[in-house]
Amino acid sequence: MCLSIPAKIISIEGENALVSISGMRMNASLSLLSNAKPGDFVLIHSGFSIEIIDREEAEKTLEIVRHIRPIK
Amino acid sequence: MYPFEQYHSKALCQALVDQIHLMADRPLRFMEVCGGHTMAVRKYGIPSLLPDSIMLLSGPGCPVCVTSSLFIDQAIHLAAYDRMTICTFGDLLRVQGTNGSLEKAKTEGKDIRVVLSGLDALEIARQQPEKKIVLLGIGFETTAPTTAATILTARKEKISNFFVLSAHKLMPPAMEAIISEGIPINGYICPGHVTTITGIAMYKKIVENFGIGCVVSGFEPLDLLQTILMLVRQVKANQPKVEIQYSRAVKPEGNPKAMAIIEEVFETVDEWWRGLGILKASGLKPRDSFQDFDASEVFSLPVYEISEPEACICGDILKGLKKPQDCMLYGKNCTPDNPVGACMVSSEGSCQTHYNYAGIN
Repeated sequence: MCLSIPAKIISIEGENALVSISGMRMNASLSLLSNAKPGDFVLIHSGFSIEIIDREEAEKTLEIVRHIRPIK
Repeated sequence: MYPFEQYHSKALCQALVDQIHLMADRPLRFMEVCGGHTMAVRKYGIPSLLPDSIMLLSGPGCPVCVTSSLFIDQAIHLAAYDRMTICTFGDLLRVQGTNGSLEKAKTEGKDIRVVLSGLDALEIARQQPEKKIVLLGIGFETTAPTTAATILTARKEKISNFFVLSAHKLMPPAMEAIISEGIPINGYICPGHVTTITGIAMYKKIVENFGIGCVVSGFEPLDLLQTILMLVRQVKANQPKVEIQYSRAVKPEGNPKAMAIIEEVFETVDEWWRGLGILKASGLKPRDSFQDFDASEVFSLPVYEISEPEACICGDILKGLKKPQDCMLYGKNCTPDNPVGACMVSSEGSCQTHYNYAGIN
């Protein structure tokens, strides 16, 4: 129910964005966000963008896991 | 292309699994309280990767599963009004009320439509001003702002034939109720997208009052395994705290704009949860200033008695007290094709996910 899908913003018109989900295009409201811009990845839930995905943080999380020392 | 495919990396997941096995030196029970996590945990076979000492429990995190028969009965009652269209998310369609489901009402000729967004319901209201459109508002803090924003749009555009019947619920009262009932857990796998909206402040009470760690998790296999490792580390260090694993989507302060919209449109009310009963201030209802959009104020609604299907143990399953396979109906009288209880209806219910990914045993 809280399923939210990452999508890339293609273009913005007013409070609406044209987004791409793995190539499939749809409209999503931006009325719950303040600073989204084309090129951002956002989480789409029930027709609304609820957050911008922070790519730097995404990379940091992976970096933490990459540095886990292997078990010998 | 979705750029985060490394969250499925076998090598990285294996490194986490190895660490968990190394560190888990005592029996531990972690509960997820998000239907999305219930589904992801089963889909990715996470329990099979963990040591026997770690048990994952599913909590009351599936909105469809915790919604009462009363809500379904009221929705079906509304559907009988003249020129009425009921708009619902698909998951709710097959949940049983006292005398059948919305799906049954639809087959009997009622105008019941599945929508993917409240905005779809509003569009129907725009195009068919002669009809009354009621959106069934269910879901937690993730979905509540989308309903609230839809109501605000309806007000802005002076759309007077759009209404919401709200059964929106708030997560923290249910999480506290689980612990207060004495259900033993060592940590919460906290709902990622709920927290995207709310931020993490609401979990501090759980840590401070109950000494239970809370880690906000993403939904990919690497996310879930890293979250479990973080919880194991907290228990070992005896330092329960609130941590964010899902930092690419969750900020400590959440989404203030979405929270402000919830606050503007809704007020809290006491709400009934399957398995937990009535929890204080755990539901959301449109404020008096928005009562023109509140179906429970605009239309006369009977208060039905809440009924539960006979022999169904959904309530105990939602509290982590029982497993789907403990139910005598599971896989026999109750299957995804012919569900009895709400936990088998919803694609993210404990029973349906268990049935789909682990089979009938």
